[in-house]
Order: sequence, then structure tokens, then C-alpha cells
Amino acid sequence: MSAPLRPLPAWADVALIPLINVAAAFFISGLVVLAIGENPLEAVRLLLVGALGDLEGIGFTLYYATSFIFTGLAVAICFHAGLFNIGVEGQAYVAGLGAALAALYLGFLPGYSLAIVAILAGALFGAAFAAIPGYLQAKRDAHIVITTIMFNYVASALMGYLLVDVLRVPGQMNAETVGFSKYAIVPQFHVLLKPLGIVWPDTPFNLSFLLALACAFGCWLLIWRTRLGYAIRAVGANPTAAIYGGISPARVTIVTTLISGALAGGMAANVILGEEHRLILEYTAGFGFVGIAVALMGRAHPVGIVLAAILFGILYQGGAELAFDKPKISRDMIVVIQGLVVLFAGALEHVFRRPVAALLARRTAQPPI
Amino acid sequence: MTTPATAPPPAIELIGIDKSFGPVHANADVNLKVERGVIHGIVGENGAGKSTLMSILYGFYEADAGEIRVNGKPVRIRSSREAIDCGIGMVHQHFMLVQPLSVLENVMLGAEGGPLLAKGAAAIRKRLAELGAEYGLEVDPDAIVGELSVGLQQRVEILKALVRGAEILVLDEPTAVLTPAEADQLFEMLKVLKGQNKTILFITHKLREIMSLTDRVSVMRRGEMVATFETAQTSPPELADAMVGRKVILKIDKGPAHPGKIALEARNLVVTDDRGVTRVHDVSFVLREGEILGVAGVAGNGQSELLEALAGIRPPASGEILVHGRPLRPAEHDPHAVRSLGIGHVPEDRQRVGLIMSFEACESAMLGFHDQPAFGRGILFDRRAIVADAARIMEAFDVRPRAPLLRTANFSGGNQQKIVLAREIDHDPRIMLVGQPTRGVDIGAIEFIHKRIVAERDAGKAVLLVSVELDEIFALSDRIIVLCGGRVTGERAPEETNPQDLGLLMAGVNERAA
Repeated sequence: MSAPLRPLPAWADVALIPLINVAAAFFISGLVVLAIGENPLEAVRLLLVGALGDLEGIGFTLYYATSFIFTGLAVAICFHAGLFNIGVEGQAYVAGLGAALAALYLGFLPGYSLAIVAILAGALFGAAFAAIPGYLQAKRDAHIVITTIMFNYVASALMGYLLVDVLRVPGQMNAETVGFSKYAIVPQFHVLLKPLGIVWPDTPFNLSFLLALACAFGCWLLIWRTRLGYAIRAVGANPTAAIYGGISPARVTIVTTLISGALAGGMAANVILGEEHRLILEYTAGFGFVGIAVALMGRAHPVGIVLAAILFGILYQGGAELAFDKPKISRDMIVVIQGLVVLFAGALEHVFRRPVAALLARRTAQPPI
Repeated sequence: MTTPATAPPPAIELIGIDKSFGPVHANADVNLKVERGVIHGIVGENGAGKSTLMSILYGFYEADAGEIRVNGKPVRIRSSREAIDCGIGMVHQHFMLVQPLSVLENVMLGAEGGPLLAKGAAAIRKRLAELGAEYGLEVDPDAIVGELSVGLQQRVEILKALVRGAEILVLDEPTAVLTPAEADQLFEMLKVLKGQNKTILFITHKLREIMSLTDRVSVMRRGEMVATFETAQTSPPELADAMVGRKVILKIDKGPAHPGKIALEARNLVVTDDRGVTRVHDVSFVLREGEILGVAGVAGNGQSELLEALAGIRPPASGEILVHGRPLRPAEHDPHAVRSLGIGHVPEDRQRVGLIMSFEACESAMLGFHDQPAFGRGILFDRRAIVADAARIMEAFDVRPRAPLLRTANFSGGNQQKIVLAREIDHDPRIMLVGQPTRGVDIGAIEFIHKRIVAERDAGKAVLLVSVELDEIFALSDRIIVLCGGRVTGERAPEETNPQDLGLLMAGVNERAA
């Protein structure tokens, strides 16, 4: 008999463990706040009020959350195939280029079809950029962790060159493109709601949020209700059995990275088409990496990812407010919390799993199956 | 039963050992007395708790309750080092040897005797020579372990334990990897050790070995020690009943075969493994409809690679595979293509290959057939159809519990195997490739699985059976071929051969041809 780590009941697996992990991350963050001479409870209050206290805060929170849903899903879909895509940052960045090129050069398209094409172009560019490491993994056995890390630098260098030397507006200091036409943007909610007589403060919260939710549902459907999802999970859980079952791991690897890259491209819809309305340098701002934390915390389940994305949205928005109110607490505090979440939800996941499993096993003595 | 006060205390006494893994009660109030200088067998089905009990004795796990006494003294064993200090040595089923190191270096491992090796090495070299003379356990101390035969590697494991001063040897399924001749040698070796007043605890699920080797035998069932017999006063049927808890039929009723047309043929098949080593050399055979062709051999003699080549998982390096008389094209050396030709495959390793442990049973029950329209048209699956289909085949094959939504890993070995078998048989293949159908399966399920395989034959299917269990080969096969070193060393009809004859073929000796 092998050393057993009995699987936890589903509710503990999806809810209790992530909750304990986040609580542990917050507790240690609290100690850090305490160490720099501030009151942690006061900090939490400011953070929550800043993120959820009014409609403006909520708008920003959900705007950030939208990006996190896209990047989290991109990481998670790869998790299911047993792949660790660390290149979501670069894929989202290059996706911005696709969206911008479409927005700038396909202006002949009628009305808002331009925006739709721009969104698709973003997804396409993201997918294409992810396909290279995917192909290298599938056919050449080049480990995707290594290649995607390196491809983040490729993306950064490529975009830097294009924005500084090719796409920059002549005579402008900023490395950015010209602004898009009004048909090449994803409308923001405060604009949409005004004609209906609903007043929503001016925030970047835009329709991409609904697209993100649709993608989350689509991912759920894909992973658990389609043949492709079955193949993805089979390859992730047991490649040998997948081959036995007539599934080609190479094909699944490539297809999965394509989907992952396309999902990463959703971030371009939210930020480039939904808020900036032009392509700017380093627009992804590390959100691709946060996607890893979101996917880990959400346990690679779309519902978990949406919830984790909103939590990180709260942290980002509330953290900005907190840094504004308490100069001693810089925005880097959020990076600390984020790092701790990755530490507890990813690296140290089993630390709490064992005691919780033991505790539950003691309480629910059921006969062996 | 009370022991007279004058008698020496038992070498090992386990009192009320209890161990649970979460809700699984692996050992329940186990009591065992092993007298000094005897060979004591422990039998039980897989999952009966034998290995857990031995792991507790060797300090891998600590019991939740109970006491261990060695030579009458209560001891606490929390690590293998403490077990060694108590004079307990363990020979694992999978050898704990470092292949590229020499015998001497392996024996030294963990007993180097200081930062510099020279002194320790000299001492151990001397000790090995002594042990070799004393017990007839000669082995070249400078030989590289990886180059030794499996039987000699096992000898090194035993020497390792003896060098550390083991008075009590625990052997966990030691014959699983041996040829019959090597097993006989092992038994001789154990009898010599017994003569030197060593105590041997011998764990197996093969009743034949118990009968031929042990003095006393204890039977475990579902985590409990259900009975202890003097070997001379018991019989295999009695032990089998104790293991299963009811009467079992070890022989199955099987009518004569009615072989028909050639269904599957291999011509000069050569198969290499992942490292490019040729594992199947020039193998040719025919398999007819309505017969079971048994492929016998010691594990690791090319059976696995042969099976993988036939199933399309591993394209052959050269040679041809003909299905119903038509050679496979290169593109058809693919599991999906082979399956669509009506070839079902029950792989040797159900947990690593045949099933996906983390999947729900209903998802595992469609692996390989998930493209079929019965499970949903278009992109989306029809969940209801998948669950209903799984429930249907679980009913037909008596899979317990009948829970299509339960994770595959939560079924017992026998029931997992039934899921694989049910899945493959249910899609009505004309040819069945069956590897180790009852490995790690409890006796009750073995009977069921054997009956289903024979039923398939009687329905006119061609069945290729690969098994390392000679009993199984004899019980099922209509014809037997034997593989040794990747070559076919002989073909026999089961009624005109016997285990000794097959054992020689398995060791590469063909007496009739010679």
C-alpha cells in the first residue's frame, strides 16, 4: 500500500484550502505591515473601502479583475494539460500589438465590427506567440517553462523596438501609437449606462468584463464537457494513458497553448481597446504573472479563477488607495501579498492540506470503499 | 494458547497493531507471533494489509496503536535504522540497489564507517567473504550490480541485510521478478539461513510457495490476521478460502477451443524500447479466431514491448503485423487506428496505462472510445449518456461500487481491472490483447475475469494473453508460446507441457529442440 494522502472532500478542496491559504498570506502580510509601524486592521479597512467602498472603487476593481480573469484562465487551461505557461505576460503583450494593428490599419471595416476584429486579432496574435513554445514543447521536447520565460523577454524586446522605432507617433516622446478611432474601442460601462439614465462614475470598467465571464464559462464547458477538454485533461493527468487512448499529447499540447495564448489576448481587449485606446509600452504591467497566482488560487477552475481575480482586483485597487492614504505602505505591499499567495496557494499548498485532511478524516470516519 | 515459561520468546511479536490511512483501515488489531528459526509465511490478497504491516515493522509507518516485541522486548521502530538496530532486515520487492555501483559499494551504503571509505570497505569485504562461506551466498564484491542477474541482485539485498546484523529477514513478494529456477535457488538459500537460526518472514500471494517453503503461515484478509496454520497441516484450498473468506474455484471450466481463421499474425517482428535497446527479436506467431494464445515468460522479457507494438503504441522497428490477413500500414501503428480495426487492448498496467486515476469512473470507462457518437454528437459530450453507459457496463461486469461518478482511484484493483475489461469487451472487438489481466486482483475477481476471457473466446474472438503467472497461462490458454530475452523459445499445447518444461523455456532452454 502506497503512502496515502486521501483526497479531501470536494468542498474542502475548492473552498476551505484556498481560504486558509489566503488567510495565511494575509496574516503574514499583516505582520509585515505591523513591522513597518502601521496598524494592520486599519490597513485592511482602508484597502476594502478603497476597493469596494463606492461605485468608482468597484469599477476599478472589476476592471483589474477582468484582466486577471483572462490571464488566470490562460494559465489554468495549460495546467489542465500538465503545462506551466509562464509566458502569459508576453503573450498578452504581443496580443496588444495585434489588437492595435487591427484598430489602426483596418479602419475601413464598418462600425463596431472593427472593435470585434481588433479583439480577435489580439487573440490571434496571443495564440500565435504562444504556439511557438507550444510547438517546441510538443515536437522538440524544449521545456515550456524555460521557453515561455525566455519568450517574455522576446516579447518585451520586440514590442520595445516596434513602439520606439516603428509605431511611435513622429515627434512624440512617449513610446506609444496614435489613438484609435471610436469604432475600435470596447465601450466602457459608464458610457453605456448613461443613455439608460444610470449614473456610473467614470472608470475604465468596460464590456470586456462580460467577455471575460463568457470566456470563463467557455473554459468550463471546454474542459469538462468537450472531447478536446477530455483529451487535455487526459494528457495532463496521465500522458501514457492518453496515448493508449489514442490521444496525441503533441497535438493536445499545441492546441492547448493556442487556446491559452488566445485567452491571454483577452487582456488586450480590456486594457488596450477598453481603456488606453492606443498601444503603450509595457501595458501588461505584470498582470500576466499575476495570472499564475490567480490560477493557483482558483485551483484552475473557472469559478475559482473569477473569484480569485476579483480578490486580486480588490488588492490592486484597494492597494492603490492604501498607498495613497498611508505613504509608509507602498504599492509594493500588494506585490508582497501576491507573492505570499503564490507561496501558500502554490508552493506550500500541502502544508495545510495534510493537517486539514487529518482533521477531517478524524471527524468523518467513513468505511473504506 | 500460552507459551511455556521456559520456551524462548518469539523473535517477533505483534500485539494489537492498528493502522488507518484516513478512512481506510489498513491494519485492524493485528496479532502475530513469529518463532525464532522458522520460515513464517504471510499470505493475503493484494490490499489485505500485508505490505502495510511489514512497513510498520520496518519503520516506514508508525502504527496508530499496538506493540512490537522483538525477542520478547517491547521496541519502538520509527525508522528503518531503528529496525536494523533491532536486527530486522528487509528485502524489498523492488530492489533498493544503486545500479551503477559495485556490490561492495551497495552493501556499504549507509554503513560507510566514517568519511573515508578505505577502512569500512576492507571490513565489509571481509564480512562478505565470511557470509559467503557461511551461507553459500557467494557474489563477486567488485561486480557492478546493474550487470548482475535479477537473482544475484536479490542475493545482494539479502547480504546487505545480513551485513547489518539482521537476525530477522523480511522478504516482500521476493519471487515476483524471478524465473522458477532462480526462485528455487532463493528457497534453498532461505532454508540454509533458517538452519543458521535466522528467522524469515515471507510475504507472498502465491500459495504454491507457501506450501513448499514455510513452516507456518498466517493469512491476512481486509486488514485483519484471520488465521495461522502449521503449513504441514493445511492445504491450498483451505488457505485460499481463508484469504477470500469463502469457497473459491481455482480451476475454471473451459470447453475445447474451436480455432477459426487467422485473425492476427506477427511476422519477424522486431521492437525496440525508448532507449533503442531491442526488446523483441524476430518474433512470429499466428492467433486464430476462437482461441486463447498464451504468452508466457518472466517479466521484462519483451512481452510488454510486444503487446505495445501490437496495440499500436510502439511502432515496430521492422517486421509486419497482419490483421485479418492485411498488413498494417505505417500510419496504422497508432492506438486509435488499431482500435478502429476492432482490436481491444487490456494493458498490463491498468493504473499507469489503462485508466486515468484522477478521472471519474465514467470518464475512465470511455478512454479510447471518447470519439464515438454514443457519447455525444458534435463538440459537446452528452453527460447523461456517458454516465448511463458507464452504469450499464459496471452492472454487466459487477463493478463495485456501482458509482460512475466516483474517482477511478477509489476503486479496488480488481474493480479497476473490471472497468478496463468491461470497456474493451463492450465495444465488441474481434481481437483482444490482454496483458496481466489479474495482476494485483483479488481471487474473487480473478475467477470472474477468467470466465469473461473464456467467454470471449467461445464467442469466436481471438485472444492474446500475456501473463507472468504460469497458473493463469495454464488455466486459460489453448496454445502457449514462451518468450525469453525477446525471442520465442518454444510453443506448447497446455495438455502436453508442465510448469517445469515451461520454466526451462522461460529460462531460454528448449529441451525438445536440443
